[in-house]
Amino acid sequence: MAIIKTEHLEYIYSQNTPFEKAAVCDVNIEIEQNDFVGIIGHTGSGKSTLVQHLNGLLRPTSGKLYVDGEDVWEQPKEIRRLRFKVGLVFQYPEYQLFDETVEKDIGFGPRNMGLSEEEVRQRVYDAARQVRLSESLLKKSPFDLSGGEKRRAAIAGVLAMQPKVLVLDEPTAGLDPLGRDTILDEIAQYRAEHQTTVLLVSHSMEDVAKVANKVLVMNKGKVAMYDTVDRVYSRGEELEQIGLNVPAVTKIFMGLRRNNLPVGAGVFSMDQAQRELVALFEQRGRLKK
Amino acid sequence: MQPMIQVQNVCFSYKGDDEERVQILQDFNLEIQQGSFVAVLGHNGSGKSTLARLLNALYQPDAGRVLVNGVDTGDEEQVFAVRRSVGLVFQNPDNQLVASIVEEDVAFGPENLGIAPDEIRRRVDDALQAVDMYEYRTHETHKLSGGQKQRIAIAGILAMQPDCIVFDEPTAMLDPRGRKEVMDIILKLNREMGKTIVLITHYMDEAAQAQRVVVMDNGRIIADDTPRIVFSKVGLLKSVGLDVPQPAELSDRLRKAGIPLRDHVLTVEECISAITDCYFGG
Repeated sequence: MAIIKTEHLEYIYSQNTPFEKAAVCDVNIEIEQNDFVGIIGHTGSGKSTLVQHLNGLLRPTSGKLYVDGEDVWEQPKEIRRLRFKVGLVFQYPEYQLFDETVEKDIGFGPRNMGLSEEEVRQRVYDAARQVRLSESLLKKSPFDLSGGEKRRAAIAGVLAMQPKVLVLDEPTAGLDPLGRDTILDEIAQYRAEHQTTVLLVSHSMEDVAKVANKVLVMNKGKVAMYDTVDRVYSRGEELEQIGLNVPAVTKIFMGLRRNNLPVGAGVFSMDQAQRELVALFEQRGRLKK
Repeated sequence: MQPMIQVQNVCFSYKGDDEERVQILQDFNLEIQQGSFVAVLGHNGSGKSTLARLLNALYQPDAGRVLVNGVDTGDEEQVFAVRRSVGLVFQNPDNQLVASIVEEDVAFGPENLGIAPDEIRRRVDDALQAVDMYEYRTHETHKLSGGQKQRIAIAGILAMQPDCIVFDEPTAMLDPRGRKEVMDIILKLNREMGKTIVLITHYMDEAAQAQRVVVMDNGRIIADDTPRIVFSKVGLLKSVGLDVPQPAELSDRLRKAGIPLRDHVLTVEECISAITDCYFGG
């Protein structure tokens, strides 16, 4: 059974006013337990609007959303439970840190879930370890941390609720390459340990290629593609038409195919590209040993 | 010709958490020529942003000196001359805008320089045209996109007519469209208006468009050459936590695996033709 399922999900901003604008329309997707879905699309494509539905921040103007088999808007008063099931990390989450200490900030979510103090403490320490924040930082004010540490503390605040579905809206924006790779690694590791379902909104098709197993491409409020990573990346020309930045390796392979080299489509990682080209040159006897 | 910027034997440290001095730059030297476009790379904490702030007298070196057009930034009477010559654009567009209307924001700098009103009007219009935001001059700044806000911040600097603009990760918080808008303007400032550009960035595709790339690590320069040469040092860049443009990395890997590709491949097109030539070639 799919953990998330939408049926004709639609969201119209300022409905019944002259400013009415459909941000998301007719979205029908199913996301399976433990999937890692990259969500790409340029600004205004509807990706952030879509993910804000998943934990009930937005209520669809029409259509249905099922999480864990339940129609989440059947009992609107129960929507709070959904917030613990689906954790949403916003863009620049470090701006949302607010408490006196890092420990209290991370513990805010679990405490609201009504867990015992002992359990809250355990959750805080586990989450901090997961994002590689050292224990010595927990007693500090979140405002004394470095930018990268703040970002990780904010993510830990959502992990501490141990949501079944983790949604991250551009978690690596503004970080340097090392900070970016660290956060992506931590998310992948968390998913492996907790069998969590992860949705990652990103402008970087390179990042998505590194971690995701499925890709959802949004364009003009609609789902343009939803498939495995290699099938989506094999449609390079279409992706470029939508205005997306296809990874350079994918572009190189598109060019090689145009030049009649017998290489596959849908190459998106450096390892894959190297393997395929080395095999090809070996076959042709052009490999120096 | 007088170099635009000379950083000579500069040391810089700041006071850390436990009152200990943290050394950022040690005996640092760099010279930047008039009209050049230099990209500076390095991971967080490598000293890049400190360098940016030394260039227009926001910071003063502990030892050594920084010269802008031959003027020492440590000379207190020359601080305004230095700031007029070297403008700084920062990462977060929201932190750099001071007025609620676009043209008022751009006028803020020249107003503070005590320039006559009709001259200010002319400079504001010119600056807004240079960043392609003239038709937005009466718009409210908070309603603009990130890329547009950043272009307004650049116009605000241009209105002070600096010779050199230092950009500290100007595109880090922008989406791909905003990044491209800002990069197009930076290239235009350099190529058409002759401004000296220092671009600090984490994006290798942006650095690849510069004439010269300086790589910093631990407050030292570990590579300084054309993008083509710097990005061929794949192992070195990776060892200091930096990315390498994918075409350069792929061709490096293929060469190591025994495919005799030509050297110094930097762009997607060069990589396609290098591999194709090698495959069909004799």
